[in-house]
Order: sequence, then C-alpha cells, then structure tokens
Amino acid sequence: MPQAHQILDDQFLQVRAKLIEVAAVLDRIDRVAATELTTADLESHPKRVALEQAIGLLLQDAAPGGRAEALQKLFSRPYDQRWRDSLSV
Amino acid sequence: MDYIDPHIHMVSRITDDYATLARMGCVAISEPAFWAGFDRGSADGFRDYFRQLTEVEPKRAAAYGIQHFCWLCINAKEAENVSLSREVIAMIPEFLDAPGVLGIGEIGLNKNTRNEAIVFLEHLDLAAQYDQPILIHTPHLEDKYQGTRMILDMLDGDSRLQRSRILVDHVEEHTIAEVLDRGYWAGMTLYPVTKCTPERAADMIEKYGPERLMANSAGDWGPSKPTAIPDLIFELRRRGHDESLIRRIVYENPIEFFKNSRNFHFRPRGETVADSVV
Ligand SMILES: [Zn+2]
Repeated sequence: MPQAHQILDDQFLQVRAKLIEVAAVLDRIDRVAATELTTADLESHPKRVALEQAIGLLLQDAAPGGRAEALQKLFSRPYDQRWRDSLSV
Repeated sequence: MDYIDPHIHMVSRITDDYATLARMGCVAISEPAFWAGFDRGSADGFRDYFRQLTEVEPKRAAAYGIQHFCWLCINAKEAENVSLSREVIAMIPEFLDAPGVLGIGEIGLNKNTRNEAIVFLEHLDLAAQYDQPILIHTPHLEDKYQGTRMILDMLDGDSRLQRSRILVDHVEEHTIAEVLDRGYWAGMTLYPVTKCTPERAADMIEKYGPERLMANSAGDWGPSKPTAIPDLIFELRRRGHDESLIRRIVYENPIEFFKNSRNFHFRPRGETVADSVV
C-alpha cells in the first residue's frame, strides 16, 4: 500500500479537477438561472439542497463509516423497519 | 490473470466482446436473467429467453474458451406484473437441470413496491423448494439503501435459506457492511456512473477484506464496461496488493460461491476446453 502522502500527491490533480467541475456546474446553474424569470424555488430545490449538504459533509470530520458512506446515505430514501405493514406484505 | 465475471449480460453484447474478455483473461462468466430493455408480453417470451441463456450463450462463449453459467427468474422490473411473474416462476423448474444453470436470479427489488416484494418472496419459495442458490439485484441510486434493507428483511425471514448460498449484488459503501455482517456474499458492480468505480471497489476491499466479496461488470445493453474487472485488477496492483488477494476476489471467490450449485462444473484453464467448442 502507498503511504498517505503518496496517495495525496497521486490523487491531487484528479480531485482538483473534480472539485472544479462541481464549481463550474453550480456556476452554470446560477448563470442560467439569472436569465430566467421563474427561479424562486431553485435555492430550495431538493436536488440543490442535497448537493449543498453533500459539499458540507465533505468538510466534516469523517463519520464512523467514512465520508463516502455518509454521502450515499444522504442521497438515499429512508428505510422504515415497518415497511411490511405499510405495504401489507 | 485468469478471472471470472460473476454478473454480466452477454445476450446484449456483441461477439467481439467475448473475444476481448477472453484476451483480458476471462475464463468464465455467470449471466443472471434480467430486464431486456422492454417488458415481455408473455411467459413464452421468457421461455425463449431461458433457451437463449441455457443453449445459445454457452456455445457463443465456448467459441472463445469462456465457460458460461446462468441464473433464471423474472426480474424485479417485470415483477410488477404479478400474474405474468407467477406463470414464469411456474415454468422455471423445466430449466433447473439444464447444464450451467446455477440457481435463481437476479431477483430483487427495483422501486421497492408491494408487487415486487410479493414476487421476490415467491422466488425465495421456489429457491427453497428446489434447493437453489440465489443471486440478488439491489435497486439503483436513491432506492438502493431502502431496497437492500427490505431484501435482507425478507431473506432473514425465511429460515429455509442458507446465507452462504446467497449473493447480494450491486453493494456500495452504504449497504456492504449490512450484507457481509449478516453472512451473505456481496458483489460490487463496476459501472461508469451509477454504481461503483474500480477505485471505490478497491477501497471497499481494503476496508472489509476479501471474505465473501466479489466484483462484476454487470455489462448489459446500457452504459457499462464489460472489461471492468481487469480495471479493478489493475487498480489493486497499482496499490501494491498481493496477487493472492486479487486472485481471491476475481477468481477463487466466484468459484467458491458457485460450488453451492450442483450444476457448476468448472474446468480451470488448460483442462480440455476444445471438447466443448461446437
Ligand atoms: Zn444484472
């Protein structure tokens, strides 16, 4: 296994590129939104909110399962233990 | 390195893909029954599909020295039609003794609906009655977490089933631990956008270890890469992992899991392939 600093060196350009891509997509949405008449609900759009929450999670100390697992759960529908009752299965 | 792809849909791939897989080191594949991209209109449509899986694809694969195995079911998407599903389930036993049929799959959930759950449970009953191993599809994207938990609830609820004979496929970071902790096999699907990259699969191997863990390409008619397993082998090598660890994930584990099936007769490379080429 490579050492931590080697992984950082090795992955830096790739992660940098992905982050810039994210920034550019958010800029694009805002830039086009500024030209539209009906943008009132964009800030509260569930997909926009989810993306912003995900970006916030990246900066928090890693959750027990790690950041990837935390993001996966953020993008998931909740599980209800009593699903059999609600579906009557 | 010789490897096995335990989940790939060759009916929707061209013959050139078989040639590429063979050149990359693929020696065997298992092909679960799945959704063809459109809803089939009758049980006879599935009978023809099962003939394709059990008669046609093994010959196509053998021409490139690849052994072909398969799994039979009506997939979760078409399971929304419960009466058609019941007709198909009733027909499946006709094929269970055909050479290369490993068990029931890929059954599962798609949108986590009541009908999907009903048909899933009826497939479990079929597998228990005929003593068949099971290969399971878990839903995509935002439905995966909920659907995987529902599937595990249903599996745990049937005491006739042995967990070591069940593979839960398409696990990702938020579902893998639950599947492995409960004693099932887990499969990671290497899909370009919607599932898991070779790098993330390598992370999960480092985190959870190789026991009961496999990787597959799930190559089909959609955006997918049939040679994804060699990409994973490359990534693991790049990180300096032992060849023995890599071989366990991509070769020994599929063999160990498939041995649960009485129709699994595997010939390692070098042991008479020519006889089976028609
Ligand atoms: Zn599949």
